[in-house]
Amino acid sequence: MTTATKPQQATRRLTYVQAMNEVLAQEMERDPTVIVMGEDVAGGAGRKQFDEAWGGPFKLTQGLYKKFGPERVRDTPIAEAGFIGAGVGAAATGLRPVVDLMFVGFIGVCADQIFNNAAKMHYMFGGKVKLPLTIFTATGAGVGSAAQHSETLYALFAHIPGLKCVAPSNPYNAKGLMAAAIRDDDPVIVFNHKLLMGGVGGGQHVPKEPYTIPIGKANVAREGTDVTLVGISYTTYNCLQAADELARQGYSAEVIDLLSVSPMDDEAILNSVRKTKKIVIVDEDYPRCSVASDISALVAEEAFDVLDAPPKRLMAPHASVPYSPVLEDLFIPSKEKIVEAALGVLQ
Amino acid sequence: MATTTVRGTIAKQKLIWMYETMVLIRRFEEQARREQDSGRLRGTHSAIGQEAVPVGICAHLRDDDFVLGNHRSHHHCIAKGVDVNEMMAELLGKVTGTNRGKGGTMHIADMNKGMLGANGVVGSNIPVATGVGLSARVRKTDQVSVVFFGDGAAQQGSLHESLNLAAIWKLPVLFVCENNRYAESTPFEYSVAGGSVANRAAGYGIPGVTVDGQSVLDMYEVGGEAVRRARAGEGPTLIEAQTYRYFGHYGADNPLGYRTKEEQEFYMAKDCIARMRKHLVENKFATEAELSGIDKKCTDAIVAATKFGVDSPFPKLDELTTDVYIKYP
Ligand SMILES: Cc1ncc(C[n+]2csc(CCOP(=O)(O)OP(=O)(O)O)c2C)c(N)n1
Ligand SMILES: [Mg+2]
Repeated sequence: MTTATKPQQATRRLTYVQAMNEVLAQEMERDPTVIVMGEDVAGGAGRKQFDEAWGGPFKLTQGLYKKFGPERVRDTPIAEAGFIGAGVGAAATGLRPVVDLMFVGFIGVCADQIFNNAAKMHYMFGGKVKLPLTIFTATGAGVGSAAQHSETLYALFAHIPGLKCVAPSNPYNAKGLMAAAIRDDDPVIVFNHKLLMGGVGGGQHVPKEPYTIPIGKANVAREGTDVTLVGISYTTYNCLQAADELARQGYSAEVIDLLSVSPMDDEAILNSVRKTKKIVIVDEDYPRCSVASDISALVAEEAFDVLDAPPKRLMAPHASVPYSPVLEDLFIPSKEKIVEAALGVLQ
Repeated sequence: MATTTVRGTIAKQKLIWMYETMVLIRRFEEQARREQDSGRLRGTHSAIGQEAVPVGICAHLRDDDFVLGNHRSHHHCIAKGVDVNEMMAELLGKVTGTNRGKGGTMHIADMNKGMLGANGVVGSNIPVATGVGLSARVRKTDQVSVVFFGDGAAQQGSLHESLNLAAIWKLPVLFVCENNRYAESTPFEYSVAGGSVANRAAGYGIPGVTVDGQSVLDMYEVGGEAVRRARAGEGPTLIEAQTYRYFGHYGADNPLGYRTKEEQEFYMAKDCIARMRKHLVENKFATEAELSGIDKKCTDAIVAATKFGVDSPFPKLDELTTDVYIKYP
């Protein structure tokens, strides 16, 4: 490994955005029915000299327009009900649309299409239609965007039968989950946390070859024996940081990276809790009727007998996301708060 | 478009107010950009270039009339009389801000001044404004509701539903589209079928007016008629103000990535403040020296507002969970 003659281990350090961008191009290459739509996914629409002026608000779709052209990569007017609904119709009739809902809070504009059509058509029609629709959307607080642009809203989507929901936590699983989402014949929502897209956590080795990560499976991001920390998307990053700190204090924390919010990997969570006997669930979403509450109930119902402490949920408060940086900093469950919560169940 | 007869009757005081308010907006926005560059502020949607649109309309409004804005709304707020000290404090996340630091640049609101809020969701405030008009009508007041939104927002279903509602109920609402030619990087001519927002009024049987939004006098004239109609119970008006944003969409966005320098120069040459200044001097409403005095006053006001904002305290941490619901004694 260390000899100078040996070619360096092929490390392709990609950022979260680069990994997403790569998988979009690969899936479009692989399957001509994949199309991409959204506001400014190319940018500068209709002006030759400014082709692809933006490449998406977070640059996830950069390069797609030049590679695949205007038929398959479409800038849309600001009309979420219209173009997400169009994604539903296109998915029902032979395309595999990948649609950008720029920020998850904009669900308010297009909820009818997602909740009443995309989620229900397969069931209502007795299984006779497939809806291979992927919706990707930016989530999370931390950049001063205030109440309407900073939510995660996992629970809102996970609540609806028929929708699958995935929340990547790093460049590697972002690529694999996005590929799985696009290839899945059910509608899948992909939550991309703004801080991860902004580079928190840094780059990471991402294989060039296409791969998928199965929807519905969690990942043991770090093994441990004393306490289970469950993270979702960005909170997984904070859980890993907290696990380092706990290790310094002599505790071994296991970190479960949920990855799929719906369907959820109940077994992975229960297996971990049966080993550690303690659990802290870290979720940036609002606390009422949340994914964390769901996990807490699961553990209480299925593993009550092994628990050494009540399941602990560490969440955002039951309040909208504030603008002021001093308040916003308190909104997201931080590493420090995770350590404190873990010590609480450990002692 | 505007006739000299109407222009000739505008009181000097009103003309000066319009000039001063546009300058105040520009100074505020320039300072917001500086705060953004220095990192004290994490980004705003600059209204520089679009000052005349709300100023010409708000010149007809009273404190008890309502204005609703969008994500790019500092100019709407200032034109409606919101205090620049409190606005700057809000941008800096301070407890002395219009929203106690909880809303920030995209959500400035001041009920005492009839500013029912900027709004970060594109198209979202248009139905709300319609409801404000409904309220005025049912309560039998002669209040008027004005909503400002962009050319991009005009493609949302919310506008079409609201135009129809306001038309069938003859509500006192002004739907004011600030057509600055872009929604983020997407040009108007790509995303707007039919090439006009104002033309859509015809489908709802209400007046639709296209106006030079870089001329505050034209805005004043069109706004005057629309406000008169609304107060008289004659129903809504759709106004498409042709304007231009001089800077990028948000924060450090560079607009030369999607538009030409020539185009920018074309619109900037028609700057609303420069034209008004010329009008005032040529028609002897004010001397250059008087106008420079006003400019200085505005600069000083923004310096003071910045000091006020910077010196103000942040909210107490327990404010994170206050205001979720109304507090009963
Ligand atoms: C429902 C919704 N979709 C998308 C966005 C993201 N977004 C913010 S501003 C903007 C462009 C708005 O364009 P326009 O209405 O013309 O206003 P302008 O920015 O030009 O003032 C977009 C797409 C949003 N905030 N809300
Ligand atoms: Mg616009």
